[in-house]
Amino acid sequence: MGIITEIRNSISQTVNGIFADDGTARIGIYGPPNAGKTTLANRIARDWTGEAMGAESQIPHETRRAQRKEDVTIERNGNSVTLDIVDTPGVSTKVDYQEFVDFGMDEDDAIERSREATEGVAEAMHWLKEDIDGVIYVLDSSLDPFTQVNTMLTGIIESRDLPILIIANKVDLEDASPQRIDQAFPQHETVPLSGLEGDNTDELYEKIAEQFG
Amino acid sequence: MPEQVKHDDGEGGVQIDMISAGRMDEMTSMEKIHFILDGVREGKVVILEAGLSPDEEAKLIEVTMTEISPDGFSGIEIESYPKESPKSGFLDRILGEDESKMTVIGPANQIETLHKDSELISAVVSAR
Ligand SMILES: Nc1nc2c(ncn2[C@@H]2O[C@H](COP(=O)(O)OP(=O)(O)OP(=O)(O)O)[C@@H](O)[C@H]2O)c(=O)[nH]1
Ligand SMILES: [Mg+2]
Repeated sequence: MGIITEIRNSISQTVNGIFADDGTARIGIYGPPNAGKTTLANRIARDWTGEAMGAESQIPHETRRAQRKEDVTIERNGNSVTLDIVDTPGVSTKVDYQEFVDFGMDEDDAIERSREATEGVAEAMHWLKEDIDGVIYVLDSSLDPFTQVNTMLTGIIESRDLPILIIANKVDLEDASPQRIDQAFPQHETVPLSGLEGDNTDELYEKIAEQFG
Repeated sequence: MPEQVKHDDGEGGVQIDMISAGRMDEMTSMEKIHFILDGVREGKVVILEAGLSPDEEAKLIEVTMTEISPDGFSGIEIESYPKESPKSGFLDRILGEDESKMTVIGPANQIETLHKDSELISAVVSAR
């Protein structure tokens, strides 16, 4: 890296926090399938740009390609932070097309979906390698957070020294336990919310501005 | 070839391959990943005395995805013990301490449950 770019980077860093090459931090929304990543991405994008990002579904692996929304400017307490939001495919260590058949899909579609899903998982991992500057990690708080995927994926993110904000999502569900998620990741800031109902998004935007601004 | 402990009662049995920390030390990342996936794809349960680094885990997920196919392999179940410490920080990382976790990996379509509590990983494997 030349000395000029280095100076430019250090200048832009003081102005706008963690930076990608083009000057805007790219925040990846990560987590297991079905955690509510796209629902949350859509809410953030709608709140600040007026447009949604992608399809939501109760069938896992709905997102099979990463989607990027550029220049999402979030304003909080007089500060503003401009981010690229990247909604990524849910990460898992297995994909079984039979699961999609069980959701009523015909076999050919289920097989095609599982093929795309495996590519999606690999793509999510690729983005994490060099194209992501910070992570919003989304978990369904009605489920046990101590899964190997969560342990591995947060471990991978930590090993790359990326800032992480944990979302204890789906707090509107009766058996939601955001405390359990807080206890599982004591080293990270956790925001309990409902991406679907929009509960507690004020705190979300505050924490985003704090962590990634 | 890596050292192996084999349990195979022939028909319908489940083979368990255990690989020592010493042997793993001598293997490159891709050798470890292929050792794991070659075994698991044959229906074996693979136990690593020392676990994988975060980068190796990332690679394992990626390579697993490329090997999944509708007519057979549907991926892996994996559990590590002890759990990666949430406290593990910078020092642990340069000392490589969070690599010293025992890891059990098996074929997703044959492992009915792979359960871990604070002192035990138990795998329920269905014989084919
Ligand atoms: N009750 C409740 N349901 C939610 C919430 N957020 C998302 N969901 C539901 O959870 C399901 C999955 O939501 P998605 O946003 O598609 O999940 P995802 O994490 O993007 O899933 P993949 O793209 O498959 O990885 C959908 O049926 C959503 O309506 C929430 O806050 N509360
Ligand atoms: Mg999605």
